[in-house]
Amino acid sequence: MIPQRHVSGDPLLKVENLSKTYSLDSGVKGGGTVNSQVLFDVNLTIERGEFVAIMGHSGSGKSTLMNILGCLDTPTSGHYWLDGRDIASLSDDELARVRNRNIGFVFQGFNLLKRMTALDNVATPLLYAGATRSESRKRALELLRQTGLGNFAAYQPNQLSGGQQQRVAISRALVNNPQLILADEPTGNLDTQTSREIMAIFEQLNREQGITIVLVTHEDDIAACTRRLVRLQDGRVVHDGRVPT
Amino acid sequence: MSLLAIIGEALRALRLNRLRTGLTMLGMIIGVAAVVLMLAVGQGAQTTVNQAISSMGSNLFIVVPGATSSGALRSAAGSVQTLTMGDALAIAHLPSIKATAPLITGTAQLNYGANNWSTSVTGVTPDYFNVRDWPAESGALFTEVDLRSATRVVILGQITARNLFGDEDPTGKTIRIKNSPFVVAGVLAPKGQSLDGRDQDDAAFIPITTGQSQIFGNQFPGTIRFLMVQGRSDEVMDEAETEINQLLRQRHRLAEGTENDFTVRNMAALAAVATGAAKVMSIMLGSIASISLLVGGIGIMNIMLVSVTERTREIGIRMAIGANRRAILTQFLLEALVICIMGGLIGVAIGIGGAWAVSRATDMVVVITFGMVALAFAFASAVGIFFGFYPAKKAAALKPVEALRYE
Ligand SMILES: Nc1ncnc2c1ncn2[C@@H]1O[C@H](COP(=O)(O)OP(=O)(O)OP(=O)(O)O)[C@@H](O)[C@H]1O
Ligand SMILES: [Mg+2]
Repeated sequence: MIPQRHVSGDPLLKVENLSKTYSLDSGVKGGGTVNSQVLFDVNLTIERGEFVAIMGHSGSGKSTLMNILGCLDTPTSGHYWLDGRDIASLSDDELARVRNRNIGFVFQGFNLLKRMTALDNVATPLLYAGATRSESRKRALELLRQTGLGNFAAYQPNQLSGGQQQRVAISRALVNNPQLILADEPTGNLDTQTSREIMAIFEQLNREQGITIVLVTHEDDIAACTRRLVRLQDGRVVHDGRVPT
Repeated sequence: MSLLAIIGEALRALRLNRLRTGLTMLGMIIGVAAVVLMLAVGQGAQTTVNQAISSMGSNLFIVVPGATSSGALRSAAGSVQTLTMGDALAIAHLPSIKATAPLITGTAQLNYGANNWSTSVTGVTPDYFNVRDWPAESGALFTEVDLRSATRVVILGQITARNLFGDEDPTGKTIRIKNSPFVVAGVLAPKGQSLDGRDQDDAAFIPITTGQSQIFGNQFPGTIRFLMVQGRSDEVMDEAETEINQLLRQRHRLAEGTENDFTVRNMAALAAVATGAAKVMSIMLGSIASISLLVGGIGIMNIMLVSVTERTREIGIRMAIGANRRAILTQFLLEALVICIMGGLIGVAIGIGGAWAVSRATDMVVVITFGMVALAFAFASAVGIFFGFYPAKKAAALKPVEALRYE
C-alpha cells in the first residue's frame, strides 16, 4: 500500500531557535522555582524521506527534543513547523489529530497498552481516527504481518519478547500511514541481533515507503544505518551532517 | 473514536478489575435497592391512607360532645353526653347539609349457633349508609320503619359475617346480640381499613332506637355518642360548619362568651393531615435511602480517582497515539456510568424483590411504580456522571509527556 499524501514545497519538519526550560520546585520552603534550560536555540530542518539519527550524551536533551517534535510537549520559545503548519497555532484536539495521523512514535520502553492483545494495540490508533473495530483490526493484522508478527496477533505484551513488543509498537506507529516516524532509542532495550532486525524494518520503511524517520540512539552502528547525523551537546546542536563511517 | 468503541474500552477496563468493579458496584446496588424499597414502602403507606380516606365518605363532619378547643383538663370530648337525636334532626334541616347520621356505639358478643364473635355494635339510622357511601353486598339495609319501631334487625360487616357464618348466607338468619335475638337483614360490602388502622368490616349495625332501648341501656335517653354530618358539596363546607356551630349553640342555650359543649371536626382537614404525614414519611424514607446512594457515588469517585492515577501511563500512551481529551474524558466517564447503570439495574431488581418480600412478610402495602424505578435509575446515573466527571476530567487534563513519564 503506497499512501497518497499531500506534498507541499515546505520541508516536512522545521524548527527555529527552539528552547526548552523546565521550572522545578526548588524543594526549599519559600525558595520558589528553579529554572533549568535543556534546549538552547535548536535549529533543524528535515526534508521528506530523510533518515536521521540524533546522538548525544545522556541528558543532552535528545528526548526533550523528540517529545517536542512528536507534539507530546511544547517548546518554551521558538517555532516548529510540521508539514508547513505552525504547531503553536494548533488546538489540543488538532495536536491529538497530528499525533494520530501524521506522526508515529516509537519508544524505548515500547509503551504498549497492557492486557490488550498485540492486534488491539495496533488497532487502537485507527479507532481514535474513527475507523470501526473490524476495519481497524483488519488493517492492524496487515501491519503485524508486515513486521513479521502475523502469528502473534492474539498475544498480550507480557507474552512477547522485547523485540516482538517493539515490532508491535512499530506496527502501531505505522497503522495510520504517518509521514514521520519518531523513535526515541528504539533499540535501547534490545540485544544486538534484535536491534539489527528492528533497524532493518526502519530501513525498509524509509527506502520502500519513503517514510521520514528520526531516531535517537547511543550506538554508532545504529546511527550508521541512517543517512544523516545530528549531535546534541548540552542542549545545543553541535554537529549536523553526514554519518561518519 | 466511536461511542461504541469507547464503551467497549470501558467494559474491558472494568472486566480487568472484576473485584474492584464489583465492590464499587455494590455501593450502587445497595443505594438503588434502598431507594426503590423505601419509595415502595412510602408509596404503599400513602395508598393505604388514601384508601382509608376515600372509604370514609365525602364532605363529612364529625360532631362529638364536649369541648376540645382549650384546656387539657376540661372534660374530654365524648365523655359527656350533650348531643341528642333532636340535634341530629335539626342539623339535617340546615340548608347546606345533605344528611346526618347519629351514632351510638358499644361492644357486644354476637352468637350464631356455636359460633360467637365479639365486635363493635353501632346503632345508626338508615342515612348512615348513605353518608358513608356503604351499600349492602347481600340482603338489604334497614328502613325508617325499623327505626321507628325499634325492630331487632342487624346488618353485618364482612368480617363479622364470615366469623359467624363461614360460607353460609347470613340473610334472614337469627343471631343473638347480648342474648337478644336479631334477624340479619344483610351484609355490607367490604370497606377496608380506617384512618386509625381499624378494620371497618369487623362491625355490626342495628337501628339506633333498638340500641338505645334494648342493647346499650342509657341513663340519658335520647343522647347519642356522636354525629356524622354530610355537607351538600365541597364548596359549602365552611358555611356548613358555621351553621352547625350556630345551631348547636342555640339549641344548647350557650350564652355569649361561653365555650362550645361540642366539637365539629371537618374530616377533609383531618384527611389532609394524614395524607401530609404519609407524604412526609415517604419523602423522609426516600431521602434516607438517597444518602446511601450518595455514599455509593463517593465510592465510585474514589475508585475512579485511584484508577486515573494508576492508569496515568496508559492515558499518556493513548494520548501519544492520538486520543484527544474528549476521548479520554468519555472513556473514564463511561466507566463510571457503566458501573452505575449495571449497579442500578441490579439494585432495581433487588429493590423490587425486597419490596415483594416485605409485602409478603408483613401486612404492609408496598407500591412500585414505573416512575419510582425510573427515578432511582436516573438518580443513579446522575450520581455516576456527577462523581465520575471529576476523575475523568482530571485524566483528560493530563499533559501527554507528563502522563508518559509517570511511574
Ligand atoms: N520533566 C522534567 N523536569 C525537569 N527536568 C527535566 C524533565 N525532563 C527532563 N529534564 C532534564 O532535561 C535534561 C535532558 O533530558 P532528556 O531526557 O532530554 O535527555 P536525553 O538526552 O534524552 O538523555 P538520555 O540519553 O539519558 O535519554 C536532563 O538534564 C533532565 O534532567
Ligand atoms: Mg532520552
